[in-house]
Amino acid sequence: MADSPENEGAEEGAVEEPAAVPTAIAYGCPLTLSTDDQRVLHPSREQWLLVASAILADGFRMCIDVTAVDYLTNPRRPALADGVAPERFEVVASFMNHARRERIRARIQVPEGDPTVPSLTTLYPGADYLEREVYDMFGVVFEGHPDPSRILMPENWEGHPLRKDYATGAIPVQFKETN
Amino acid sequence: MAITDAPPSSDTGDTPVDPAVLAAASLPSDAATEIHEGQLGLLPRLGSVMRMSEVQMAEASDQPLDGENDQTMLMNMGPSHPSTHGVLRLMLELDGETVIRSKPVVGYLHTGMEKTAENLTYLQGPTNVTRMDYAAPLFNELVFSLATEKLLDIEVPERATWIRMLMSEMNRISSHLLFMATNGMDLGAVSMMIYGWREREQVLRFFEEVTGLRMNHNYIRPGGVAADLPDGWRDSVMHLLDMLPPRLEEYDILMTGQPIWRERLQGVSQMNADEAIALSCTGPVLRSAGVPWDLRRDEPYLAYDEVEFDVVVGTYGDAFDRYAIRLNEIRESMRIIHQILDKMPKGDYRVGDAKVTPPPRARIDESMEALIHHFKIFTEGFKVPEGEVYVAVESPRGELGCYMVSDGGPKPYRMHIRGPSFINLQTLPHMMADGLIADGVVSISSVDPIMGEVDR
Repeated sequence: MADSPENEGAEEGAVEEPAAVPTAIAYGCPLTLSTDDQRVLHPSREQWLLVASAILADGFRMCIDVTAVDYLTNPRRPALADGVAPERFEVVASFMNHARRERIRARIQVPEGDPTVPSLTTLYPGADYLEREVYDMFGVVFEGHPDPSRILMPENWEGHPLRKDYATGAIPVQFKETN
Repeated sequence: MAITDAPPSSDTGDTPVDPAVLAAASLPSDAATEIHEGQLGLLPRLGSVMRMSEVQMAEASDQPLDGENDQTMLMNMGPSHPSTHGVLRLMLELDGETVIRSKPVVGYLHTGMEKTAENLTYLQGPTNVTRMDYAAPLFNELVFSLATEKLLDIEVPERATWIRMLMSEMNRISSHLLFMATNGMDLGAVSMMIYGWREREQVLRFFEEVTGLRMNHNYIRPGGVAADLPDGWRDSVMHLLDMLPPRLEEYDILMTGQPIWRERLQGVSQMNADEAIALSCTGPVLRSAGVPWDLRRDEPYLAYDEVEFDVVVGTYGDAFDRYAIRLNEIRESMRIIHQILDKMPKGDYRVGDAKVTPPPRARIDESMEALIHHFKIFTEGFKVPEGEVYVAVESPRGELGCYMVSDGGPKPYRMHIRGPSFINLQTLPHMMADGLIADGVVSISSVDPIMGEVDR
C-alpha cells in the first residue's frame, strides 16, 4: 500500500516513525480516515471518556463494538494520526448514529506497562460484555467497569490468549483440580 | 487510498482540501464541556443484572439454610438444559418462581477462533469463521470475505455478488426456520420443532446441491464464491419458493393465531427502544422494539439497493413481535429471492485477479506455471495490503461485523468478529427481571442466541 512507512526489507522488527497522515480535529482529538474510509478518532486515554461523552451527545447512541489489537509483533501498524505515540495495545471501539446513518471508530493507545482504559459502561451500557471480552483476551483493564471479570475463559485461567506472546498449542493443565 | 495523495502538511491553506478535514466537517471540533450523564438511566431494570462470580455463587449456595431470613434462592440453570440453546448457563436469583436477578454465563463453546484466524491464510479463513454462527454460516463467510476484499481493494464480479445475495437470503430463511423450530419447542409446541426442521432440511438440501455441504460450507471466499451455481439451480429455488408459503401459512394456523401461543408470548420479555439501543442490540431484537434498522436497507452492501423488500418492525418489543418479525422476514427473503431469480446476471463467479484467484482446474494439467501458481496460493496464500477495516452485514441475528487488521502478510494480523448473539445476550437479565422462570425461557428463545457465535 502506498502509505506504507517501510519497505519489504524492514522485517527486523524496527519500529519506524509512521509517515505523516492527514489529520483533522473532531471532538477535541485527532481524526483520520481508515483503509475503508471510515472516520477514526485517536483520543488519549485521559481524553477518552470526555470524547466518548461528546460522541454520545452528538447522537452516536449505540456502541457497536469494542475490541483490541496487540501490536507486539507488528511494527507496520495501520497509520496513526500525527502526534499519537504508538503503544503495544490498541483498544478499538465503533459507534453508530442511527439517525444520520453514520459510524465512527476510535483507536486508543494503551501502554504495556499500565494496560488500563476508562470503561465506557456508564455512557454505553452495551459495552459491558465487549469490554469483559477485551479484558479476558488481552488483559486490558477497564477502570470503572461494574463486573471486571473474564467472560469466555474460565475464571481461574492464567494469561490472556489473544496477546501475541501467548503461544498457541497444548497446555498441560487447563483447569484447577476439582475439590 | 485517497488520503495518501494529500500532502503531509495539510495545514497550509492553498493545498487541496484534505479528505480527513472534509470527513470531520460535520462533526463538532470540541469535546463536551460537561460529561454526558450516560445511558444507564435508560435501563430501569439495571438492578436485575447479577454481578457475582462463580466462586461467590458457589460460596453463597453452600450457606446453610436460615429459615425465615432466606428470602431468595440462588439457582443454576444450564449449561446443558434443553431450552438454553446449546451451552448457555444462567445464574438466577429467585424469589419463589420469580426471577429477581440473573447472569448469563458463557464461554463453554469457546475455541479461540479469533486466535486460530491469525494462523490461517485469508483463503483458509472462511473455513474457520463459518463455524461461528453455525445456523447462518454463509454470513460469517460473507463478512470475512467482504473485509478481506476491502483490504485488497478488489471488486468481485456482479454474478458473484448476486450469488452471495441468493445464498445469504436462503441462509436467512433456514436460520429463521430453525428459530421457528426451537422457539416452538421451548414453549412446548413440540410438533413445531419437527415442522421447522422439515422445512429447514429442504433449504439445507439446496445448500448441499450448491456447495456440497449442508453446513459450514466454505462457499463464499475472498474474491467471489467457490463454484458457480449448478445446473438446475433455478428449479431447486423455485421448488423451495413454491413449497414454503403454504408451510408458513400452516405456522400461522399452528401458532400465530392460537390464543395459547399469544398468551404465552405477548407482553413477555418486553424491551423498549431506548433500552435496546443502550444495550447495543441489533437485528430482530432491536427491530421488535420499533427501531426500523436493517443494514441491508440502511447501509446497503452487495446489491441490496437493487432489490425491493420491507424492513419488518415490531411495536411492543415483546417475544411475540420477535417471533412475528422472523416469520415475516422469511417472507421478505422469499420476495428478494424472486427478484434475484429475475436479475441474476451472467458472467464470472470469482474475480479475475490472478493474485487472489487460483487458476482454473483445467489449466493446471497443461501449464507448469498454473500448477506453481495454484500451489503458491494454497500454501503460502496471497498477501493483503496493510490496513484496518470494519465491515458489517445484517445476519439473521443482527449486525455481524468483522474488524480486520492486516500487516501486509498472507494471514490476518487480527481478526475480530462482532457476534450479534453475544451482544444481544446482554439483554437477558433485563428481559427476565421480575418474570417467571418459564418466561425466562421465552426470553432466551426470543433472542435466538447461537452459542457458537457467542463464544467463538
